[in-house]
Amino acid sequence: MSDNITFTIDGVEVKARHGETIIEAADRAGIYIPRLCYMKDLIPHGSCRVCTVMVNGRPQAACTQPVVQGIVVENNTPAMQKHRRNLIDMLFVEGNHFCMFCEKSGNCELQAMAYRFGIPAPKYPYMFPDKDIDASHPDIFIDRNRCILCGRCVSASRDVDGKTAFEFAGRGPHKKIAVNAEANLGDTNAEASDKAMSVCPVGALMKKRIGFAVPIGSRKYDTKPIGSEIESSTRK
Amino acid sequence: MDKPKVATTSLAGCFGCHMSILDIDDRILKLIELVDFDKSPVDDIKNFTGQCAIGIIEGGCCNEENVHVLQEFRKHCNILIACGDCATMGGIPAMRNNIPLKECIDEAYKNSPSVYNPKNITPNDKELPLLLNKVYPCQEVVKIDYFLPGCPPSADTIWQALVALLNNKPLDLPYKLIKYD
Amino acid sequence: MSENLGTFIKNVCHKYKKDKTRLMDIACEVQEQFGCVSGKAMDLIAGEISIHRVEVENLVSFYAFLSKEPKGKIVIRLCNDIIDELNGAEEVAKAFSEELGIKVGQTTADGKITLEYTPCIGMCDQAPAAMVNDVIVTNLNSDKARKIAHSIKKHGDPSKLSAPLGDGNNANELVLSMVNNNIRQKGEVIFARHEQGAGLTKALSLSPVEVIRDIKTARLRGRGGAGFPTGMKWEFARQATGTNRYVICNADEGEPGTFKDRVILTECPDLMFEGMTIAGYAIGSETGILYLRGEYAYLRAFLEKILSNRRKNGMLGKDVGGKKGFNFDIRIQMGAGAYICGEETALISSCEGLRGDPKTRPPFPAQKGYLASPTTVNNVETFCCVARILDKGAPWFTEIGSQGSPSTKLLSVSGDCKKPGVYEVPFGIKVSDLLKMVGAEDTAAVQVGGPSGQMIGPADFKRTICYDDLATGGSIMIFNSTRDVLRIASKFMEFFVEESCGYCTPCRTGNVLLKERLDRIIAGKGEPSDLDYLQELGESVKVSSRCGMGQTSPNPVLSTLKNFRGQYEKLTKRSKDGLMQSFDIKAAIADAEAIAGRPSEKFSLNS
Repeated sequence: MSDNITFTIDGVEVKARHGETIIEAADRAGIYIPRLCYMKDLIPHGSCRVCTVMVNGRPQAACTQPVVQGIVVENNTPAMQKHRRNLIDMLFVEGNHFCMFCEKSGNCELQAMAYRFGIPAPKYPYMFPDKDIDASHPDIFIDRNRCILCGRCVSASRDVDGKTAFEFAGRGPHKKIAVNAEANLGDTNAEASDKAMSVCPVGALMKKRIGFAVPIGSRKYDTKPIGSEIESSTRK
Repeated sequence: MDKPKVATTSLAGCFGCHMSILDIDDRILKLIELVDFDKSPVDDIKNFTGQCAIGIIEGGCCNEENVHVLQEFRKHCNILIACGDCATMGGIPAMRNNIPLKECIDEAYKNSPSVYNPKNITPNDKELPLLLNKVYPCQEVVKIDYFLPGCPPSADTIWQALVALLNNKPLDLPYKLIKYD
Repeated sequence: MSENLGTFIKNVCHKYKKDKTRLMDIACEVQEQFGCVSGKAMDLIAGEISIHRVEVENLVSFYAFLSKEPKGKIVIRLCNDIIDELNGAEEVAKAFSEELGIKVGQTTADGKITLEYTPCIGMCDQAPAAMVNDVIVTNLNSDKARKIAHSIKKHGDPSKLSAPLGDGNNANELVLSMVNNNIRQKGEVIFARHEQGAGLTKALSLSPVEVIRDIKTARLRGRGGAGFPTGMKWEFARQATGTNRYVICNADEGEPGTFKDRVILTECPDLMFEGMTIAGYAIGSETGILYLRGEYAYLRAFLEKILSNRRKNGMLGKDVGGKKGFNFDIRIQMGAGAYICGEETALISSCEGLRGDPKTRPPFPAQKGYLASPTTVNNVETFCCVARILDKGAPWFTEIGSQGSPSTKLLSVSGDCKKPGVYEVPFGIKVSDLLKMVGAEDTAAVQVGGPSGQMIGPADFKRTICYDDLATGGSIMIFNSTRDVLRIASKFMEFFVEESCGYCTPCRTGNVLLKERLDRIIAGKGEPSDLDYLQELGESVKVSSRCGMGQTSPNPVLSTLKNFRGQYEKLTKRSKDGLMQSFDIKAAIADAEAIAGRPSEKFSLNS
């Protein structure tokens, strides 16, 4: 298929294919639009809202919004960066994110996003909600303190693994990840080799007995900001 | 002209951030050329001797004593820096924040498997500061001017922050110095 | 019991042909029968309709009227919206609580009666009100509450509570409700005398394209609040590719302070069904769904009867109105307590047997809506307008009202006024004229369009109600000068916190944060900088939320910041010495003082 659609992101002309989303086209063009819930090859969830961009002056999630010929997209503007920072702050205070002992630290996309935005501390008060940990499975655990409700595990388990081991339960601030059993992940058919176990952006759904395998300094985001892999890719 | 003064304290922290301050190694010689230390565990001065340019706070507030000290720091310091994850978000002590206080105390003095307390006594001397219902990040108690995250923040982070602030420069930490672990 | 449960679920699932898109109905029936949808029930339902158990939990945990934990055979749901509260809902709650010996949120020890709060049930004109199972009780006070509690303890039969019966069809044998219509002013469109079926007959004499043309000429816009042009919506749905098309009527009237659809459903359901049928003809649909909010379940039997009469009269079913080849029927889908389901894509999710999460757009419902087919979702009042436009013609319709907003609008007026109720007024009416009409005196604030709309003060009373100025789905709440506008705003934020579906970050968490800071200011512990904090936070929620609910949810804060800024400024003060006013040392050490049995040495009384 040919790149027959053109539009602009922050004034830069971008070529795209019919049916692509803004984020897909931007990625190919080497323009990074910050995002958390989006993951290539999964159905876009559009829940974190970090990838919100202005499309012809109206806010839209870049991960779900299809490209249209001639649209004007604002991405890296002070206004959008401010809203994104506020969303990242919200995700930090709504959970219990203790980076200092989290196995995911250094490889965590939420943490990396806060680093990229240079956030020394969230501007909102911490809520310290009461959340639980499910360690009933021999090879996997869920730590709901760290979950950002991105839906990646839900989608991967349903659409890739064909298991529907996870779904959301509850609503509003009480929304949480539930498992396909009365209470325990150990009572589901989830396995460590499932796609769902490798998609969590934070330390909420983790494999056991791995822990702090990679030393500080060599972890994914220790030296390079999240998104730099896209920004450094050759522009096509 | 007198050198500006710096004060430091450790509230509900582990002194790890103070270790990190000492970790600036030989730069500490440069530092004492730049500043005098006032109230601080570094020089063991217990009470403020005057107004300080910068106060560095390690740890959040877990008891009334912490609150008192933090308020004193706010009064005596022109700039307050929350140093480390405990000061900025409560840190490890804040893991108790969704457990009722009574349960925490009973766990510590009575129920935990490693407790040896044949008379079943919960210490309750007047000298012991009362615990707060939860551990508060410093910015929820007093106005904080700057935050240095990290557990602890690296010596480079602390050094760069001090040098910038003492020279009235904006505090602009590079990517590698903003870390939460 | 469990065998009982198994048989019941087998039968219910069989009744719905094991169709997983009817999970909502299945779960509601199980809830009604057993007082909960237990873990065991979830397993059984999942097995019967071949889905995963966690998908059942996904749905059950979403709706307020469904629960995994057992509830009483009788559930008393006290409406605690702001209007009910200002009319003494708290006293009523206290009386129920004392009489039943339980707190709000609890179930009696014998497991028979549950007492809980619920947001606006559409009875603000006769508040305080409550639901006792499906039965509505209105104009409550503590004496009435005690009598009701006494009666249900004795009989266990809510239907004995409906005396005296209300006006109009509320006294119909299939309704038998004490609800009153309170129609205060009839206009030329909805409440005017009209010949039944005239609109549909006219429509069927035209081609579907001509019907859409007439709706467009009449410049009809959606009456639910958003105001999208109806004709355009229909045209999109008609032109979209798909084998089946659907017409959905949004009767999930959940915006606090709105109750005009309740009155239409009671007094002119035929006009509404006629409009739906015309829509079916126009877009080429064979199936209509009336999505009826769970709070209006007391109207269900009556509406089912109207539908069956229409089938008998050839107004539904095969060859509707004698038009060869035009087949159309309507089913009722019950909601189960979720404000978000008034959002059209969430409503579609709910009709599909899913939790009421809004869907990702695009695709829009007109392209891929219910069951991924082209769908039009319109408001109850919109469908009534449709039938009248076809009957009387587009020019007649546009002559009424204002230039940009033709025709009339039903307003649900409640709060501090002498004559709360439903008013059919021409678009373009000035707020001040409306206030005079409804007998409002000493008015300090008017909430136009419900919590998701805006709160205006006297400086804006010269403005007009229409799409181009003050748009509203119908909710008009009036507050006099004794009311505290910031407390009202806080109440609205509480509503949004409870009703957020939780899908997206800003609405799930931003609203909690907005309420926290607003309450801090109300408590006298705010600082001047909190105003900018609220403004920026509110804007982020508005800009980044995923659906219309989230995008309007910060409005209680943003509109009071704009129109009642003085109230905020009065309450905030700069902190002395950089100590946070919001930090309450007394509260923070209270637990420890109690445990230690001694007062604080440092922060005793004098500090």
